Amino acid sequence: MINKDIVIIGGGPAGLAAAIGAYEAGNKDIIILERDNLLGGILNQCIHNGFGLHTFKEELTGPEYSERYVRKIKDLKIETSLETMVIDISKDLVVSAINEDKGLIQYQAKAVILTMGCRERPRGALSIPGYRPSGIFSAGTAQRFVNIEGYMPGKSVVILGSGDIGLIMARRMTLEGANVKMVVEIMPYSGGLKRNIVQCLDDFSIPLKLSHTVTKIHGSTRVTGVTIAKVDDLRNPINGTEEYGECDTLLLSVGLIPENELSRKVGVIINPKTQGPVVSESLETSIKGIFAAGNVLHVHDLVDHVSSEAYLAGKNAVKYINGLLDEIKMIDIQASDGVRYTVPSSLNTNNVEDLTQVRFRSSDVYKDAYVSVYLDEERILHSKKRILTPGEMETVTILKKWLIERPNLKTITVKIEKE
Amino acid sequence: MPTKELTCINCPMGCLLSVEFDETGIKKVTGNQCKRGELYAAKEVITPKRIVTSIVPVLNGVEDMVSVKTAIDIPKELVKQCVTELKNVKVEAPVEIGQVILENVCGTNVCVIATKSVERKK
Repeated sequence: MINKDIVIIGGGPAGLAAAIGAYEAGNKDIIILERDNLLGGILNQCIHNGFGLHTFKEELTGPEYSERYVRKIKDLKIETSLETMVIDISKDLVVSAINEDKGLIQYQAKAVILTMGCRERPRGALSIPGYRPSGIFSAGTAQRFVNIEGYMPGKSVVILGSGDIGLIMARRMTLEGANVKMVVEIMPYSGGLKRNIVQCLDDFSIPLKLSHTVTKIHGSTRVTGVTIAKVDDLRNPINGTEEYGECDTLLLSVGLIPENELSRKVGVIINPKTQGPVVSESLETSIKGIFAAGNVLHVHDLVDHVSSEAYLAGKNAVKYINGLLDEIKMIDIQASDGVRYTVPSSLNTNNVEDLTQVRFRSSDVYKDAYVSVYLDEERILHSKKRILTPGEMETVTILKKWLIERPNLKTITVKIEKE
Repeated sequence: MPTKELTCINCPMGCLLSVEFDETGIKKVTGNQCKRGELYAAKEVITPKRIVTSIVPVLNGVEDMVSVKTAIDIPKELVKQCVTELKNVKVEAPVEIGQVILENVCGTNVCVIATKSVERKK
């Protein structure tokens, strides 16, 4: 057994920022465990630009953004172990991992930070009828083939789901010579960022079919085409609206799911809305000493937000080890009236910084609505928003002084109001 | 007067802008709900530009491909041609991040540079 103050699980953007956060808070006894053979996680395959506007005030590509963090990890001489797969975390913070050279390795940690990221929702989760031909890929798998291996998965492509990775791949495959016929989205709005709709679809005249879905995949050995249909308000296909489209490839960009197998196994309480751990203001999960940040906690739109959140988790892990974290859960944060969830879901007045960012997503599209914050019955914040969409994460800021002035406060509610 | 329809990308509103212009420049922007829409329309109609990102093969590297980008944005109509021109490029490892991979792509005087480092195979 190796003693290690802080064990970080996953060396993507969240893990790297968490390590830097912990180091800069004064604890240097850190290790990052990464199952791949390089650090940076999924940023390595995101070769497009647009990363880092918040963090570095410039537009970087994924590999460039990653490189800045990896260089810092190397400069600070933070220990990393690649090709190391964590298989178990115990309640008393023993982290078990396997590595081809070292075999089974066990770390007794004082704090563990979960930064495992997320996975793509697979075809199996969609129940689309048809055979199981080759030519069906999740958008991220296709992205890996094209950008890392230099291999094109198909020539004539339909994309189901308008998440950002799907949109990015529509452009990428078009530029590499494929004919991207359409992007089909079951919702009446896109789940992707506006700039991606414009720069990945409109720039190349790729149609986006909203309120449509794929109802059948054709072909037995290779995809030969798909049937698409319009859907009603309940997202059921409407009879008689079916159209057939020829293609040899179907990409799925139908959502990301935080990867919490390890968290569930150790008994961390999971929020069914985010499918990530329930956390406090310090990003501590329901188990003492286990923290979570990044896409394992809730799926983000921007890596910049992943980095800032994970940095905070690293800092708080050090506070915990130093006995400076007050463990009593004081104030609940409730999401209601169009707010699907909040992260964090509780606050402790003794732990919060002067400003605490509470992140949330709306459950629908709202125009000219207000985001309100209630301290018990008292409305303290009421800010007008031109638009709120589930595809864009929102933030409200809670001031420490509000909490200090109200020592008996039980519940903070974040809601969307028409007026 | 020619008009062009486009979607503003500054925020999730995605205002549908209608831009009237002639050879002297933008005459009128409608459909925007804030100042940013006007600025976006001006740039997008007169000189639309994009940063292009792609990959090129690496010879004798620990990885097969290296990601690249145009050092600054280039005219939008050259995006496809830029990727096509990169199809003929191969680079010998080691590659350093920021290294010039191709000069003067599509006659724009803009370089294509590596966006990551690839070590040489031992």
